Amino acid sequence: MELNTVDLAIERREEEPQVMELDVVDLVVKRHKQKPWALISILQDIQDRVGYLPSDVLKRVAGEMDMSIPQIYSVATFFKSLNLKPQGRHTVTFCLGTACHVRGAGKIMTEVGNLLEIEPGETTEDGEFTLRAVNCLGACAIGPVMVLDGKYYGKMSAARAKVLLAECRS
Amino acid sequence: MSVVVAQASLPVTIDGAQVSVDKGTTIMEAAKLCGINIPGVCYLEGLSPYGACRICSVEVSTDGGETFRVVASCTYEIHRESVIVRTDTPRIRRIRKMLAELLVASAPNVKIAQDIAARMGVNRVRFEMEDNRCILCGLCVRICEEQMGGKALGFAGRGTDRVVSPPFATKSETCLACGGCDSVCPGKIIPCQGIKVPGELCGKCLRPEDMPFCCPMGTLGCFCERNPL
Amino acid sequence: MARLRSAPELERLREDIVERNSRFKATITVCGGTGCRAYGSEALKQAFEHELRKRGLDDEIRLVFSGCHGFCERGPLVVIRPEGILYCRVKEEDATSIVSKTLVKGKVIDFLLYEDPVTGEKITYEKDIPFYKAQRRIIFGQNGLIDPTAIEDYIAEGGYGSLCKVLTQMEPEEVIHEIKSSGLRGRGGAGFPTGVKWNSCRRAKGDIKYVVCNCDEGDPGAYMDRSLMEGNPHLVLEGMLIGAYAIGAQEGYIYVRHEYPRAWENASIAINQARDLGLLGEDILGSSFSFDIEIARGGGAFVCGESTALMASLEGRAGEPRDKQHLHTTESGLWGRPTNLNNVETWANVPIIINKGAAWYSEIGTPLSKGTKIFSLVGKVKNTGLVEVPMGVSLREIIYDIGGGAPDGKDFKAVQTGGPSGGCIPMELLDLPVDYDELTRAGSMMGSGGMIVMDESTCMVDVARYFLKFLMEESCGKCLPCREGVKRIYEVLTDIVEGRADGGSIELLEELAWVVKEASLCGLGKSAPNPVLSTLKYFRSEYEAHVEEKKCPAGVCTALITYFIDPEICTGCGACAKNCPHEAIEGQKREPHRIDPDICTRCGSCMEVCKFEAIGVE
Repeated sequence: MELNTVDLAIERREEEPQVMELDVVDLVVKRHKQKPWALISILQDIQDRVGYLPSDVLKRVAGEMDMSIPQIYSVATFFKSLNLKPQGRHTVTFCLGTACHVRGAGKIMTEVGNLLEIEPGETTEDGEFTLRAVNCLGACAIGPVMVLDGKYYGKMSAARAKVLLAECRS
Repeated sequence: MSVVVAQASLPVTIDGAQVSVDKGTTIMEAAKLCGINIPGVCYLEGLSPYGACRICSVEVSTDGGETFRVVASCTYEIHRESVIVRTDTPRIRRIRKMLAELLVASAPNVKIAQDIAARMGVNRVRFEMEDNRCILCGLCVRICEEQMGGKALGFAGRGTDRVVSPPFATKSETCLACGGCDSVCPGKIIPCQGIKVPGELCGKCLRPEDMPFCCPMGTLGCFCERNPL
Repeated sequence: MARLRSAPELERLREDIVERNSRFKATITVCGGTGCRAYGSEALKQAFEHELRKRGLDDEIRLVFSGCHGFCERGPLVVIRPEGILYCRVKEEDATSIVSKTLVKGKVIDFLLYEDPVTGEKITYEKDIPFYKAQRRIIFGQNGLIDPTAIEDYIAEGGYGSLCKVLTQMEPEEVIHEIKSSGLRGRGGAGFPTGVKWNSCRRAKGDIKYVVCNCDEGDPGAYMDRSLMEGNPHLVLEGMLIGAYAIGAQEGYIYVRHEYPRAWENASIAINQARDLGLLGEDILGSSFSFDIEIARGGGAFVCGESTALMASLEGRAGEPRDKQHLHTTESGLWGRPTNLNNVETWANVPIIINKGAAWYSEIGTPLSKGTKIFSLVGKVKNTGLVEVPMGVSLREIIYDIGGGAPDGKDFKAVQTGGPSGGCIPMELLDLPVDYDELTRAGSMMGSGGMIVMDESTCMVDVARYFLKFLMEESCGKCLPCREGVKRIYEVLTDIVEGRADGGSIELLEELAWVVKEASLCGLGKSAPNPVLSTLKYFRSEYEAHVEEKKCPAGVCTALITYFIDPEICTGCGACAKNCPHEAIEGQKREPHRIDPDICTRCGSCMEVCKFEAIGVE
């Protein structure tokens, strides 16, 4: 079975989600040839498809990669880009790098957090937004930077952020 | 592990005393041969050294005494001649005292933290006290991984969120219930304090909210239950 | 393009490509760096494509979507060659006029030219713009000439020529000798002599050795490595090939941080293209040298920029640094084997050293810091962007001649160098030459090259706190001094900025800083106290003001400041009151308004909208 067939199946929910997820693990691990340096990429590829990393998926990865479960668990909980909990439909990331900080990024993120009623790392109750903070995206000249669903927005202000989020919701 | 044998090759000087050791001997082991016991919290003979608490820090010179830098004696191995070590200078005492203060501020109810603090002369704590029951020494993780092969414990999280945990924070399927973790824990965080009144258990194992999350008893089931009186 | 089996075949390919390109009358280069892309340069490039095709000019005029040019403040950038006309802040709709007016009619479009902020003078050519003039872009300059996803562009510029020279004319020992003589030092931060590192790895026991490229650039405010890897990945690959040959390694790894997906993508494309041409793989260019590269992605952990943590991550483990101070990674690194790890920019310097020679290279820079350094100049400066200067240039030249000075007339206060491991250099030391040792002596460090300019509206205690918060969140947590010590330093700094400090706070900070520096397991912990120590060194009075007077001289720490409306300036327009999220402002129409200090949270929303600058801070 090819990876894109699995992708389509997950979308259409043709089979039981859990079974599909474990198939995804096998295919992704195979594509990366079980190489240890690819572990983070493997987990991210799986996460991109499944949405997050549930425990049975991680256990399967441990088996396929021939690594102990505590090792996989320590890697999955060590790196901020890996989520063991389901994420919101939209991800709002604020860069808190120095250049952005000096231009007020922290205050903007706090305002947005207050608006959504969540702290960085959390997801809104309605499952719409996950708020994240990142320590420098490397786009310092256009700071403060906000990334909404993978798209970069420069020279942010609290007002603009609120507008963009409202547009996103609708 | 090293043993001093007739053909021991490398001379090392520790606090003025000279001793000859095999290549690869750690400073901590070499010091023991001179009768010097360097304090530490995360070291246990028989398990691989970890270098996490840094309380075993010593000064080392590899240029004949011109310059000294600070290293952890449990992990620093002797691989050359003429290494000079100083284990008890004002610089080292200053380091150990602050580390002890940090440790006891984090885990005041853990016995070894109190012991180290007392030994280092800490009589006031200038930080807001927390009440962690685990000092993250990693001995339980290492005994499980290296000696027992249980693969039931590991570190999770990062930084101030770092914890010792069975995978997915639930009871591990591969735990062998060997009790190794319990036996090496320097904090003796096991809440079971045995029998308080004849015929009565302390009862803590029956109150999960009193058990710190990483308590190995959480993974094994309280011995009280398994070994009723 | 067929697989190349010898150096002469590469040369012939280069000649073919140059010949093919010579039929173009002109080139339009659109900057494809992240900053310019965020401002729509991709749509701009497509507009050019469309326009050129429409006019049937795509055979005459070449369009290149290049790597980052570095002049990020003025993007999207377009350069017309061969003249070298630079257009700034180009919009999608400008494409048609640029083609019709500049390319067809040879007329320059005034409003798109760079305008000197002081004199108002318009400058036509890239080379005359002060920002570029004061630089020496021997490494970074190539970004602006090539499409990073086209190996032909790199080859046309002479790329892989140094590899040919090495494989056909030099023994590994000679290569190491050349790098040693050049004086190249690690550009990732520590500044260790590269040739010495290569040599000790070559000498180490073992048949299997590795070379690693550290692209885990995590210093907030630094993005040189990102722009090099995205904009000219082949330069890095060539450096690694030469290094691997010199050391005797057959496998290489590039570790790209998670937050740089385009760098990962472009590097992957480059590797595949190099493999297709036989520049990576077995028997490269007919020599018996074989070498290939794998790319790994990081997962969002600054600590993985530390060599041993990076290697732990490559081994499939959590990024915890290793404590083995008696043993270097050049002897025992990845999987216990000799490993040579270098930063992206370090690798990028290798081809030019081989090409032009160590003697030429060592003419640039200072006696102990040779070559150039790419800095990311950001913060409170007019021309933010990436600048490449010879070592030894003064901070003043970088900030004023290239950077153009402070943007809104505020006084310069300090420049932060070296990222979170570095420190702040104050106004008085602006004439300090940028050099590894000079910066370290001043209490900071070169670091990876981040240069963050701060003005009088920056509170240095807040800056220290910001960096310590960052380090606390990025600490791996293994060792006690870093995990607990950095946390407590952050807590004391928080007490200070929130007005809860007492007489012993500064002393406690200094004690903590000293111990964390001495006892930490790895470089992250050991250098974590630097932001505190250097700000205490040069700005102690600010700390004292916070502690003793409970005041923030820069007007930043919200707990210690109050916002007020100047009744003499306020026109009573009410804009501030409408914008205040907490309804802390009251007043009648056309009468001076008043901020209630008990409700005001000092969020700054009112200041943002006041057109009369009637709102002040004290």
